[in-house]
Amino acid sequence: MTNLFSSKTFFRAVLIFNSFSILLPVFFLINSSLRSSNDFAANPMKLATHPYWQNFSQVWADGAFATYLKNSVVITGGSLIVILVFSLGAGFALGRYDFKGHALVTGFILSGMLVPAKLAILPLFIQLKWMHLLDSQLGLILVYASGALPAGIFIMSGFFRSLPVDLDNAARVDGASEIQVLRKVLVPLVKPGIAIVAIYSAIPIWNDFFLPLVFIQSPEKKTIMQGLTIFFGEYSSQWGIIFAGLMIAALPLIVLYLVLSEQFIKGLTAGAVKG
Amino acid sequence: MAKQGLKRQQNRFAAILLLPGLLTVLIFTSIPALTTLSYAFFHWKGFSRGGFAGLENFHRLFAFPFKDQLFMAFRHNILVFVGIYVIQTSLGILLAYALFKAPRGQRFFRTVAFFPVIFSLVIVGYMWQSILNPFYGPVNWFFHHIHWEFAAQTWLGNTSTALPTLVFINLWRWVGFPTIIFLAGFNAISTDYVEAARIDGASEGKIFRKILLPLLAPSMTIVTILTFIGAFEWFDLPYVLGGSSGGPAGSTDTLALMFYRLSFGSVDSGANEIGIGSALGVIIFAVVGIGATYGSKFLRAREVEA
Repeated sequence: MTNLFSSKTFFRAVLIFNSFSILLPVFFLINSSLRSSNDFAANPMKLATHPYWQNFSQVWADGAFATYLKNSVVITGGSLIVILVFSLGAGFALGRYDFKGHALVTGFILSGMLVPAKLAILPLFIQLKWMHLLDSQLGLILVYASGALPAGIFIMSGFFRSLPVDLDNAARVDGASEIQVLRKVLVPLVKPGIAIVAIYSAIPIWNDFFLPLVFIQSPEKKTIMQGLTIFFGEYSSQWGIIFAGLMIAALPLIVLYLVLSEQFIKGLTAGAVKG
Repeated sequence: MAKQGLKRQQNRFAAILLLPGLLTVLIFTSIPALTTLSYAFFHWKGFSRGGFAGLENFHRLFAFPFKDQLFMAFRHNILVFVGIYVIQTSLGILLAYALFKAPRGQRFFRTVAFFPVIFSLVIVGYMWQSILNPFYGPVNWFFHHIHWEFAAQTWLGNTSTALPTLVFINLWRWVGFPTIIFLAGFNAISTDYVEAARIDGASEGKIFRKILLPLLAPSMTIVTILTFIGAFEWFDLPYVLGGSSGGPAGSTDTLALMFYRLSFGSVDSGANEIGIGSALGVIIFAVVGIGATYGSKFLRAREVEA
């Protein structure tokens, strides 16, 4: 044990083994998505030496899939805009101003972070029905936004608080209004915070299937992850098409992760890792 | 005077900035969360509320036919928590320590370890369902290939292997998360302690056990609490792979799945029982809330000792 713990080779081996265990299943998925269903059924373990792109065009030809994808973009994008605008504003107010009820507002935000959203699903369902926001993309956007806002506001207020006070005062002396202080001086300086909030909230929304499962019934409003569960049933033995469908659903995040892995890691562990 | 004017202007501006966010949270999180408690104390017919029921919903939850389901689901949640906690934490610490000790290529290995965290559980679930497919999946293909027929199970179709398999898939998806938290924990430990111990002739194993591991306690607290909450609200993966009744034969049923069935009706019975579902919701909330609060108090106290 003692020898193992001082051996870099052992640790390198652990890391290489772990990388294989993680990448092999993903490779299987990518490889299988490029083989025809018959070819796959004959031998599931062959390399896709002649990529069979028809799987992808067939998934696309099933119009529903493109609709699901578009809906997910609209819902994730819409939620993200609400979350970013609202948490920038509220984060600024909490981080830069001292006002009556500051502690109360902070306590409210913190309590919002503790509520397990899944357990409030029933009253939410009935309330959305009453507000005519059931089976509606706007309803879904507002519910997602409300789930992500407490953490978003909390993270943003931390970023605003860490900026020196003299910044705003200097701008005010130069005649800037409060809105200008926020927009022109501070927002450019909290861009890293914006990135963290964006990733922290957008990834779980894109990946979620629980809320659409409960709130969305119309086929033309369903999201990609919800759609996959339907898709998987429809094409149950057409392997190539199923793998291509999974690939299309996974690809946007894979590509983003390859480009922005550091921001992803920081953003998704925000709240768990300090500093 | 000018200063007071600025203050008033700031107060008004603060109110304008805060209101939209706070109202959204109030309407779509706080109010539903508070009313969910009251639901458990009323009679329900479908989605319409009847008279006050007192504790009747709780009594019915703890009677036939729900009682057996409830205890089985609860047992699964505990097993899942223990399984995930023990395996995921030890593996997370090992990986984090490996990244910490062998920093060459750290960026690559870290990026790969965290990779599955970005995947939706729908994608993770279906991907593994194909990999573990008894006929076409590479896992059983491999076991047949090396003539280990006994090892080629119907992993997700067998009541004794389904739950451990789900725990394994969860591990694949999530181990990168504790790894990153533990790595940050290792990096936060002052090198002075380690240097001093090394000068005193302590072995690397001893340094790990006596210095690094105890000082990792704050990261351990976070991982423990997050794992606890995640395990007792476990829904997505069992739903994707076992359906809303926790198939096969209820062997992957969890409290959250049962809550979902009671709230929105199960595939087989169709009818929903909002009152009983809400009673279960209150119980899950209590278990998670009390467990997380007292757990983190207990674990924080140990941090100070370390």
